[in-house]
Amino acid sequence: MRALAWHGKKDVRVDTVEDPGIINPRDAIIRITSTAICGSDLHLYNGLIPTLKPGDVLGHEFMGEVVETGPDSTLKKGDRVVVPFVIACGSCFHCGKQQYSACDNSNPADKADISETLYGYQMSGLFGYSHMTGGYAGGQAEYVRVPFSDVGPIVIPDGLDDDQVLFLSDILPTGWMAAENCDIEEGDTVAVWGCGPVGLFAIQSALIMGAQQVIAIDHYPHRLELAKRLGAKVINFKDVHVHEALLEMTGGIGPDAVIDAVGMESHGFALDSIYDGVKQALMLATDRPHALRDALRACRKGGRVSIPGVYGGIVDKFPIGALMQKGLTVKTGQTHVQKYLPKLLEMIGEKKIDTTFLISHHMSLEDAPEGYRLFLEEQNSTTKVVLRPEWEQGRVKQAA
Amino acid sequence: MHHFHKSDGHHPAAGAVAAGAATLAALVGGYVATRMMARRRHSYASPEDAPAKTLKGHPAEGWREDTVVGRTVTINRPRAELYAFWRDFSNLPKFMEHVHAAEELENGRTRWVVKSPMGSLEFETRITEEREGELIAWESDADAPVRNSGRIEFRDAPGGRGTQVDATIAYDAPGGDAGRLIAKLFQKEPKIQARRELKRFKQLMEAGEIANADMRGEPAGMVKRKKVQAARQAAAKTTAAPKPPSKAKSPPKQKN
Repeated sequence: MRALAWHGKKDVRVDTVEDPGIINPRDAIIRITSTAICGSDLHLYNGLIPTLKPGDVLGHEFMGEVVETGPDSTLKKGDRVVVPFVIACGSCFHCGKQQYSACDNSNPADKADISETLYGYQMSGLFGYSHMTGGYAGGQAEYVRVPFSDVGPIVIPDGLDDDQVLFLSDILPTGWMAAENCDIEEGDTVAVWGCGPVGLFAIQSALIMGAQQVIAIDHYPHRLELAKRLGAKVINFKDVHVHEALLEMTGGIGPDAVIDAVGMESHGFALDSIYDGVKQALMLATDRPHALRDALRACRKGGRVSIPGVYGGIVDKFPIGALMQKGLTVKTGQTHVQKYLPKLLEMIGEKKIDTTFLISHHMSLEDAPEGYRLFLEEQNSTTKVVLRPEWEQGRVKQAA
Repeated sequence: MHHFHKSDGHHPAAGAVAAGAATLAALVGGYVATRMMARRRHSYASPEDAPAKTLKGHPAEGWREDTVVGRTVTINRPRAELYAFWRDFSNLPKFMEHVHAAEELENGRTRWVVKSPMGSLEFETRITEEREGELIAWESDADAPVRNSGRIEFRDAPGGRGTQVDATIAYDAPGGDAGRLIAKLFQKEPKIQARRELKRFKQLMEAGEIANADMRGEPAGMVKRKKVQAARQAAAKTTAAPKPPSKAKSPPKQKN
């Protein structure tokens, strides 16, 4: 089959690779019809995530048609499904608590050592996101092998097209969980740093959950424009003193909840650090948690801090004083995608949520390397790239 | 009472194995070590509730620290089910990557075929302690080429969380110091291996399968059964020559 493989820093290629097959009883094989490039794929593209190997197939936002099932899969051939980027067994202690991204059983034992060393506990498997998260081949490909297919994938009813539901795989539930982690109350102001896909979906979700106002902070005019269209008030941090603006816009109380939808380029996320202890840990202080520092300082006393942005290593100059003295509550984590799928699919069906506005480009899988380049270099205009493996090379559809 | 399963001395690996076995035989029996590890307590006055296995320093007398793993894992299944699965030693190769086969003999004895840097090795163990649904402990014969011992305790976990499986597993890397070096080079130290095996056990019990990120292939248990067959066939070929009618066997030739 054809698949997008990582070969090195800013070097991704569409290669012919081995077709996937059923291995375990709960597996299914999906023929991909749509797959997107995620902001977190850019960390891989930039060569910042360790334990990624040349030839690894990327992609963790994908959907398609079931073409093969293991004996214990509950899917049927021909089902149209969206697949969560988190791989979860559904039967361990954490899955029982719907903490799917903490699943104990989806990361192969020989790969789980890495996160266990770094974080104290192993993390779940993820599709197409380095060997630390299991080394599973991703979905920027013609086909993908999906473990635990009886737990993860959600069957899409007729009448909803790919663009309407594709983002159930990651960024929509991620934005939703970010807003849910704000524990929004009546009259609340939620401030969101970062108007990328997750930030935008968090804005949408916070408004649905009843926030009085959502204030979006970014510096790309087009992205601020999208936030405004969703109903947010916007601040361009290039032009405005953010902290003062937030105080003025909340009558001096400050935002009740803040969302860091920026995360960091995982500069400090070096493999050496995992093994070599303190010396490398000190070198991890190269992360850039500016947004998080701003958010912690801006959050009102007794407020809530939600961090959907991805962090992997260690930061220094962390404003622990602001956190402690103001009595803030922090909620974060990789998204428990499976938990949110039924509700979000229902809301999409009822037209309460639309995600199609985000897509700026459709292109063929063969043109995926160009999609990566655009997403990295033209962030203002390239908000989301959707790849269609069935399209012929060169076919592109760009939003007006 | 101990059964010897040394090779015929002509196999290339036999010398190393014999040397390793001689060294190992001089050491304390594994059963004693794991039992001590499970029961050892602080000798000084400070109150301490942490299990002995978490003490800093040497894990158990007679064992190198990198050959013993003691770890408790909570598995979301009933105690009786987990006990029964483990008690049937023929199930162990399903999640123990280095074990090709474990065949139950009479009188609580088990014959093991394990992978080593020098090829497949065979040895026997005997059950040393057993309580239905609660405890299984075994140890290898003193002359085993891979000295090993295990003690698995099963306790109900609080709050309906299933079962706490408290495992202490010790095995020497086969082949003495040379074997240990090879094991380290290939990240196959016994301690790491044993820890991963417990994770695979949990995966198999809770999820019904062992996580595998390959593109295609067979589930873990299946692969091993085939390897065992291949190893046995190879062994049959190389040992076609006459041999003593006793239980003595040549180790099967390495197939991978």
